[in-house]
Amino acid sequence: MLNDLSFYALAALAVAAAVAAMTLRQLIHCALCAAGAFAGLAGIYFQLGAEFVGAAQVLVYVGAVAILIIFAVLLTRGGDVQLSARRFSTHWLAGVAVSILVLGSLAVPIFKSPSLRALAPAGVSASVKNIGYELMSGCVVPLEATGLLLTAALLGSVVIAMSEKPAARPRRDVNTPRRPELEEATHP
Amino acid sequence: MNALDQVFVNLQGWLVGLAPAGLRALAAMVLIIAGLMAVFGSCFALTTVMERKALGRMQNRYGPNRVGPCGLFQPLADAVKMLIKEDVVPFSADRVVHFLAPLVLTVPIWLAFSLLPFGRNMTAVNLDAGVLVFFAIGSASELAVFMAGWSSQNKYSLIGAMRAIAQMISYEVPLVLSVVPVVMLAGALSLEQIVQAQAGYAFGFLPRWNVLTPWGMVGLGLFLTAATAESNRSPFDLPEGESEIIAGYLTEYSGFKYALFFLGEYLGLFAITGLAVTLFLGGWQAPLPWLAWLPSWFWFALKFAALMAVFIWVRGALPRLRLDQRLNFSWKFLVPLALVNILAAALWHLSRQWNPIFAAAGARWLLGLAIIFPTYVWLGRTVNPLFVPVREYSYAE
Amino acid sequence: MLGVGIIRGLIETGRNFAGSYVRSERLTTVQYPEARLAPLENARTIPFLVYDGEDPVQGLRCTACTICEQECPARCIHIVKDTAKKPDYVGKMQLQPAVFDIDISVCMGCGICVEVCPFDSIQMDLVFNLTATDRFAALLLHKERLAKSNAYFNQIHPKKSSGIDAHRAEEKSKAEAKARAAAAATTAKPPPTSAATCGAGK
Repeated sequence: MLNDLSFYALAALAVAAAVAAMTLRQLIHCALCAAGAFAGLAGIYFQLGAEFVGAAQVLVYVGAVAILIIFAVLLTRGGDVQLSARRFSTHWLAGVAVSILVLGSLAVPIFKSPSLRALAPAGVSASVKNIGYELMSGCVVPLEATGLLLTAALLGSVVIAMSEKPAARPRRDVNTPRRPELEEATHP
Repeated sequence: MNALDQVFVNLQGWLVGLAPAGLRALAAMVLIIAGLMAVFGSCFALTTVMERKALGRMQNRYGPNRVGPCGLFQPLADAVKMLIKEDVVPFSADRVVHFLAPLVLTVPIWLAFSLLPFGRNMTAVNLDAGVLVFFAIGSASELAVFMAGWSSQNKYSLIGAMRAIAQMISYEVPLVLSVVPVVMLAGALSLEQIVQAQAGYAFGFLPRWNVLTPWGMVGLGLFLTAATAESNRSPFDLPEGESEIIAGYLTEYSGFKYALFFLGEYLGLFAITGLAVTLFLGGWQAPLPWLAWLPSWFWFALKFAALMAVFIWVRGALPRLRLDQRLNFSWKFLVPLALVNILAAALWHLSRQWNPIFAAAGARWLLGLAIIFPTYVWLGRTVNPLFVPVREYSYAE
Repeated sequence: MLGVGIIRGLIETGRNFAGSYVRSERLTTVQYPEARLAPLENARTIPFLVYDGEDPVQGLRCTACTICEQECPARCIHIVKDTAKKPDYVGKMQLQPAVFDIDISVCMGCGICVEVCPFDSIQMDLVFNLTATDRFAALLLHKERLAKSNAYFNQIHPKKSSGIDAHRAEEKSKAEAKARAAAAATTAKPPPTSAATCGAGK
């Protein structure tokens, strides 16, 4: 009973936060509610017993992605832009139809998929040790590829953010005394 | 002295037995929560006054010594002061976010206390991925810093919050990297298992704590450095003493909300100190086999107090670093040193299977030091801009 | 090497911490109000009037010459002369003040009144806990509150007061010697019919 209660509470939190992230006026509020939705999802992972995934969700999404979104909003002055007074567009019927279509096209394969009915293999727990073994034996290629991708992204961001080096001029050491006759030789 | 060792566990068991059968699980949880809040709340109160007294002594003056015996009731006076202060919220501030920021800071940190093993069988929640959950909780409190800074609608608060977040993010990397060797050698992320992996005594008297290995010493140093930065303590303190940017993200907070920020900061410090004790200092284990009759929670508390004393000592001794100096220090010194530390730990572990003479004669220590020490010296010399060569003045004679 | 400075700083603060429990020079705080620092010779706050002996009215050195009232840059002294005269320390009859008020909310502690007083009767005091709940009347100090004994003056400004006391003792002995010589001269000659000079002191 406690299990169900906690699931409903966490699901309500996640859904409410996601809805708020869509509908609030201030962009920063939307970003914070998105972080709340991530936290709700992490709670659901914990409730299902997937501690590693839940911890990773909090660490990556709430701790890094939410802050990234907020920085992006602040640095591109999106926070100053107020949403227009009409928050709901006039073509809401078409929007509802499209969203029902998308929901159906996602929900039907999920409910029909065999993996929902498959039971977890007996005797194998989702402990961190097993996850580690799986990552390093079965999924090592995606792991290394992800590492390469992240390194490339890091290097790329450093390159983009690095300031332009000024044109190279011979820098004078302030401690050595000036010798005008030498300076004419180096500065033609 | 097994009864004394398990006194809290037995007390909890007895109290839970008094509850009706359906509510036993809930009662157990509530008891643990109440116990943690009582212990760490009073620890917070005691720490504030002891820190002020210790800092005063280091600065050739008395600390607070008027309220109560030796000034020990000072936290009560502070609490009354904070509670009766008017709660001023700026007119253009975002009220909801302004209100929620101290809560978002303080609440996750209470979660972190549930993971720490305070004694034998005294872990509230024994998670399999304990270390990772701990760091996840720590990273969630950065959002609170931003919320505080942005909601005040004050450019100083916003800049202060951005600087605080930049610092906290930068120091998360060496924090986690310094823990990787511990996890590697213990083979588990669970805090209980890490404590168990440090059990036993080499040569009959030397404890097998992680701090008594070359990588463990450096790891503890890195961890404590990153921990002072993560909890915004001097010499890395942003809002606590930021006279150059007013009070940073705490500018627009007064009264009880300020007290909550303060509480959250100190609780974060306690949580990270508890983690340092668990990961590097052997948790609740006694340092010598003939001292093991003292209860396990006593050893945890003693080591905890020793680390808190180190934090207070460092605060009293070192000046504040500038923000760019701090970030340089983290990325250019701590991160490479942490990576080299991982290498040294790996060699330490593997060299156990090498030639037994090599393993036993302390040569593993020499190997570890030979890897770490030159790296430390070289990094300190060439990469760290804090090191300034002695200037020679040609004209000033 | 990086870290050496940090270790040195830690050692120094550690020594401060440990030394503050055993040595007094590592803990230099004087806990007011239980303990006070010794007064400095040249410290000053507001003026006070000196009286010799035990009686603050009879022994008051002030002769109401009003020089201090005129020289005070803040005009905070108010003097009203009394009609009765009293003898001073050499026996000469002097005026005395009926009213001597100093408004210490105005007084700036410059000490000019002390410098110009010819009778060393007004000196600078050391008291600093002069708070009052009334902004005006309570900060106007009268003669009774301002008069303090020479013994107190010796206590707070020992060097200056010993110099003044030595000077006054010298003057007094000279005046007594002169009076004794005058008395001896009058007993030698027939007593004059002219009015006597001011009566010999004790």
